[in-house]
Amino acid sequence: MAEAKLNKLNLTEKDYDGAPSTMCKGCGHDAISASVQRAYYESSIDPRKVVKLSGIGCSSKTPAYFLSQSFGFNAVHGRMSAVATGVNLANHMLLPIGVSGDGDTSAIGLGNFCHMMRRNVNITYIIENNGVYGLTKGQFSATADVGSVMKGGKVNDIPAIDLAELAITLGATYIARSFSGDRKQLTPLVQGALAHKGSAILDVISPCVTFNNHEGSTKSLKYVKGHLDPIHDLDFIPPYENIEADYDEGTDHEVEMHDGSRIVLHKLGKGYDPTNKAAAIQAIHGAIAEGKFLTGLIYYNPNRKEFAEELNLCDIPLSELGQDHLQPPLEALERINADMMK
Amino acid sequence: MDTPLINDLNICVATENGSGSASSNNILFKAIFKMGIPCSSKNMFPSNIQGLPTWYQIRACADGYMSRKDVIDVMVTFNEATAAKDIYRVRDGGIILYDDSTPLQANLKRDGVQCVGFPANKLVAKLVPASPLRAKQRNMVYVGALAYLFGIDMAVIKAVLEDTFGKKPAVIESNMVCIDAGYQYCKEQGVKQNIARLEPIPGGNQGKILTEGNTAAALGAIYGGASVICWYPITPSSSLAESMEYYLPRLRKPIDGKKPYAIVQAEDEIASVGMIVGAGWAGARSMTSTSGPGLSLMNESIGLAYFAEIPCVFFIIQRGGPSTGLPTRTQQADISLMYNASHGDTRHIILIPHDMNSCFDLARQSFNYADRFQTPVFVAMDLDLGMNMWSSEPLKLNQEVYDQGKRLSAQDLEEWTKAGKKFRRYFDQDGDGIPYRTVPGNQNRMASYFTRGSGHNADARYSEDEHDYKYILDRLRKKFDTSRKFVPKPIIEKERGVRTGIICYGSSYEPVREARHRLKARGLKTNHMLIRALPLTSEVTDFLAEHDTVYLVEQNRDAQMAAIIKDENPLLGAKITSILVYNGLPVSAGEVVKQIFDAAQTAKTA
Repeated sequence: MAEAKLNKLNLTEKDYDGAPSTMCKGCGHDAISASVQRAYYESSIDPRKVVKLSGIGCSSKTPAYFLSQSFGFNAVHGRMSAVATGVNLANHMLLPIGVSGDGDTSAIGLGNFCHMMRRNVNITYIIENNGVYGLTKGQFSATADVGSVMKGGKVNDIPAIDLAELAITLGATYIARSFSGDRKQLTPLVQGALAHKGSAILDVISPCVTFNNHEGSTKSLKYVKGHLDPIHDLDFIPPYENIEADYDEGTDHEVEMHDGSRIVLHKLGKGYDPTNKAAAIQAIHGAIAEGKFLTGLIYYNPNRKEFAEELNLCDIPLSELGQDHLQPPLEALERINADMMK
Repeated sequence: MDTPLINDLNICVATENGSGSASSNNILFKAIFKMGIPCSSKNMFPSNIQGLPTWYQIRACADGYMSRKDVIDVMVTFNEATAAKDIYRVRDGGIILYDDSTPLQANLKRDGVQCVGFPANKLVAKLVPASPLRAKQRNMVYVGALAYLFGIDMAVIKAVLEDTFGKKPAVIESNMVCIDAGYQYCKEQGVKQNIARLEPIPGGNQGKILTEGNTAAALGAIYGGASVICWYPITPSSSLAESMEYYLPRLRKPIDGKKPYAIVQAEDEIASVGMIVGAGWAGARSMTSTSGPGLSLMNESIGLAYFAEIPCVFFIIQRGGPSTGLPTRTQQADISLMYNASHGDTRHIILIPHDMNSCFDLARQSFNYADRFQTPVFVAMDLDLGMNMWSSEPLKLNQEVYDQGKRLSAQDLEEWTKAGKKFRRYFDQDGDGIPYRTVPGNQNRMASYFTRGSGHNADARYSEDEHDYKYILDRLRKKFDTSRKFVPKPIIEKERGVRTGIICYGSSYEPVREARHRLKARGLKTNHMLIRALPLTSEVTDFLAEHDTVYLVEQNRDAQMAAIIKDENPLLGAKITSILVYNGLPVSAGEVVKQIFDAAQTAKTA
């Protein structure tokens, strides 16, 4: 047997394994977990610095299925954004990844999700988007497209929330869309998100093979595959790799990340600039009008501070501060007492 | 004519809110305090910014009782909308002060009281140039009138103005002019009264402070090491978080120019609880402050913190419920909600301050309890305690070492490994129901685990197994019972041979203290127990056993604390007669005395 390849931390991809998955056979979520695992391995990230967070739903179970060496927190329905914000405040040295679903994020947790992005909390936030509630057996979610048909024949007539567009509007700073089955595209996008400091939102279309994979569904495997509209091909180059990317001066675009890593976007003849907010929103609208899923790095803003930095939190994580730092001196209380005597 | 009472006077000022009366009332109160006279104030204000009726009561009490007095000696009727009712709230023989330069006021008459009119509007119109300020200055005139009538030293008033507006001499001057106008007018008219005199007590309030419970609790939380504070504005709790916002930068030194704390105003209470649960899980001392409606919203995540065993602290400043209820009035009606917050079998530790020093000290200690028991801890306060100005001994700091409970560092785990011990997150290693925990960032190989609000076993793995589930639930109950030995014990005052007891908690303490004095004067001696925490401690059972009749005073309709006590003491609990005050006003001793005598009478006839 060939020896397993080691990354920069001398870890094999297997060292990033989690518990065995309990998803349905063929579920898109498992493919995403595999890409996530690959991304951590490829980027040589220490799993002990990672915290995995989730809400409730099929997708929210998946953090148990990768990186078992990391701390994990499967919270309550819709509240992962708030919990992640608190984790960041307590210890901004941790590397948080959140996995959520379209119900968890776009319905019950929409408010908290919006405000997390508004604050630009540092997190890699993956939405495993299948347009349907799986654990409760097949109800429409808020990302179900107009005209999409439920298994029993019911037709959705309320417009979908486009999470990528919402993320752009609310201040998230790294926004991508991909497809669970496109590992070649998804893995570098996750690597880019992991390298980014701020709210990195990945809306990943992940067909539900049990409740939303039938004729008439716009999130079925067949439908999604037939309607993908990639903006570019992309490569992620970690900071320690000095390799020259395959770079075409005429059409390619390079995005430099905070930690020195780079994403090279090979444009598919579309002249797309991911740092242009208005153009990004226009591109999303254009794709929706054509019934397509725009995929790739849709928007990137390297100039906004992440929340902990914005709050000017001290370098030592608050969770590590002891009494000597936290408890003010007695004399200070005596001064306050004296003021209160006036 | 009777001789006037010395330093025993209850003044009620009726105004419109937003009219500047907060300033004049504050000056009046502080002046009486500065004269050395024991005094207290109660602010009964509306949920509104401008134009609704508000009442402010100032009580001077030579005997040092601080609770709201329901007998009003003097009523200042400066609100036309409520004047017709207000004049009937003064006791017979009391005094009504009114502005006789407003047409409506001039028509108000009541027999059996002394009416003192003074033309506040006219005086102010003469003294203050026309401006929005003029209407506000009008309230300063009654300060002067009261000062003349009852002997408040004008020099002291001046000193209070200087303390309040130190850097604005023009403001001091313009207020003083109006106060003086009220004083001089009454003097020139030769107004006399004979009900009470305020006389300075040299050194009387020496060393005493004036503060609000929310401020004291905020300071306690800072000294207790709160480092992640997430909150959403809601009356009457906002001033707690705002006090922290004010004091933290002044008290806690920056580290390399950066903040050793985070305060976040969340988008709602669901978010604030989510944040503090996340922060507590990650190892920070985290807290929120809210009141009833916020607590209702937080319930789901409180259950998560309970079941996943995450330390976090909730300051609950209770107001009148249910629903929006009376947002600016006081109550103790969220005891059951706190005790059993969230679905499923839950029980929570509640610390219950009753005065300024216990607001400070229990706030400080709450983080030790949360860390030691790895669970949500509630600090149950109320609007009366939190937002009214109380005179108090200075805040005292107990410099005990922070108790981080069973939190294992990477080094601890190394030693465990050497000793052949295995870290099991939800296992009862020590037989006290309290497991060991690690926090993210711990680099030891054994440290990490997966936290979840769903069923899990002792090793933090997902499990729906009936034995695993029951093990966790039973251990949580055991942990809760362990906490009984650690929570603050009740304060008990008793005399041998006395067979009647009174139990109360929180802000009922002060009125009960006074009520006991009055009951004693009328021949009923009582012992007293002040409950300071839930779960109940053995002293509660002992107290019930030692008395024939026990009155339990609480500020809710459904006798919520009595229900908890009766549940745990089904036989002895029968001795409890509930004394319930839930009209939204701070409890008065008079109400307690009346209800106890009524209950005793009913018991006798039965």
